[in-house]
Amino acid sequence: MLKLEQLTKVYPTGDKALTDVTLEIPSGQVVALIGPSGAGKSTLIRCINRLVSPSSGKAILDDVELTALGSAGLRRERRRMGMIFQEYALVERLTVMENVLSGRLGYVGFWRSYFRKFPQKDVDEAFRLLDRVGLLAMADKRADELSGGQRQRVGIARALIQDPALLLVDEPTASLDPKTSRQIMRLICELCKERDLAAIINIHDVALAQMFVERVIGLRFGVVQFDGPPEGLTPDVLTTIYGEEDWKETIQKVDEEDLQDVVS
Amino acid sequence: MPVSSNKNGLKVWQRRDRNSQLLNWAGWLFGTIIFLYCWAQISDATEWFFVWDAPRIAADIGTRALPPRWGYIGTLWEPIWDTLNIATLGTLFALVLAVPVAFLAARNTTPNRYIIRPIALLIIVSSRSINSLIWALLLVAIVGPGIFAGMLAITIRSIGFCAKLLYEAIEEIDQSQVEAITATGASRWQVMAYGIVPQILPAFAGIAVFRWDINIRESTVLGLVGAGGIGLQLQGSLNTLAWPQVSLILLVILVAVLISEWVSAKVRGAII
Repeated sequence: MLKLEQLTKVYPTGDKALTDVTLEIPSGQVVALIGPSGAGKSTLIRCINRLVSPSSGKAILDDVELTALGSAGLRRERRRMGMIFQEYALVERLTVMENVLSGRLGYVGFWRSYFRKFPQKDVDEAFRLLDRVGLLAMADKRADELSGGQRQRVGIARALIQDPALLLVDEPTASLDPKTSRQIMRLICELCKERDLAAIINIHDVALAQMFVERVIGLRFGVVQFDGPPEGLTPDVLTTIYGEEDWKETIQKVDEEDLQDVVS
Repeated sequence: MPVSSNKNGLKVWQRRDRNSQLLNWAGWLFGTIIFLYCWAQISDATEWFFVWDAPRIAADIGTRALPPRWGYIGTLWEPIWDTLNIATLGTLFALVLAVPVAFLAARNTTPNRYIIRPIALLIIVSSRSINSLIWALLLVAIVGPGIFAGMLAITIRSIGFCAKLLYEAIEEIDQSQVEAITATGASRWQVMAYGIVPQILPAFAGIAVFRWDINIRESTVLGLVGAGGIGLQLQGSLNTLAWPQVSLILLVILVAVLISEWVSAKVRGAII
């Protein structure tokens, strides 16, 4: 269970990225975080694993107050939060296997990781995960040889090998084509279900979010404007989140396509 | 403002308006005057008789220097080997020392921006600002003449060069890869080994062979000040006006530099 209490982030420039965000996400729930660019979506998930330190407020994961941790404690807790990135953020010059195993860095000492002597248990798990995301044959390829969809699958495997309790997913599909986007979203959601994982997925594509998640949170100027099931995203709600636009047409059209896609 | 209207009310566009055009001309005029003044200074300080005489003297030295004294090669093998060793070991030691300095100097990896970074930058600047020949002069006085002084001179001069290029490479890395490794709960050193080192490895290899290549050239002259290597023979031959030996030494240096250039091109091609 992840709890955010009045989480606020003010950047040194004075920009208020988040204002009093209070949320509760039970374990196993997949949440889509939508909102216009600059609404604070990325800041929000980075405040949870403290790649960005929040200005005030609390983030609590299973009774551990993340916002109060020292650096050693923070590293220990980061192991329980897998992160997936927009541009994949794989280490391009390392192999797929090394990238997946880098998810275990928090559990392995420096020299072991430096000489790539990961415990056999971790290597087994890496092979299992690569098989699960359909990249077993690619284990020895360098990350920069893969296509976008394949790279994101490696990113997913890297996050899952951490054995996390929570997935933080930052625009997983923004650099992918529509078909690959759906496959990636489906994969993330399936894996969350298999492992009873909670996830926060930042996403621009509202229709795609509606297809896959059970709860949507809408953010505008760092303030939560909507929190409810995907069916609750009416044109009016989208207008409060994104601003005035003809939402009805766009969403319904895409929605029907998506439904067919899911059925078929 | 390049855009203005003429008296008929039409919009005209010029690259510069009248004032900046005048300023431009004034700048050129000023530059020309300075050039002429400096030229006059140099001209006054030159014995033009020697200059006009130069082609004849050069031809004279040329005829004395050719053909090279091939038999002299036997005494050159050892100094050329010393020269290669000075360059190679000097580069290796410089790299070992440059890596930590670069990490301390790069904005995104330095532990402290206000104290440690300026110190690292100071090391880089002071190493770079003094030519290796001058380092060699100093070191010959300090540690005594010989190969060791030459190697130290090359090392000290190269630290700054390598550290500067390396810290620029570190500052240009893709930060999202570092972020991703940090997010796994990796320690500071692990982030360095997984997030940063793979990204700067090609730059590091390029810098290493580039500097080695430069150092081969530099180490050929270190002997002039007594810091070992083939420069010692060059100086001796020049002092005794043994021109056929000088031409042979220059030829040997040329071949050594050509080989080093070939090797570094190969290595760079293989790594990147």
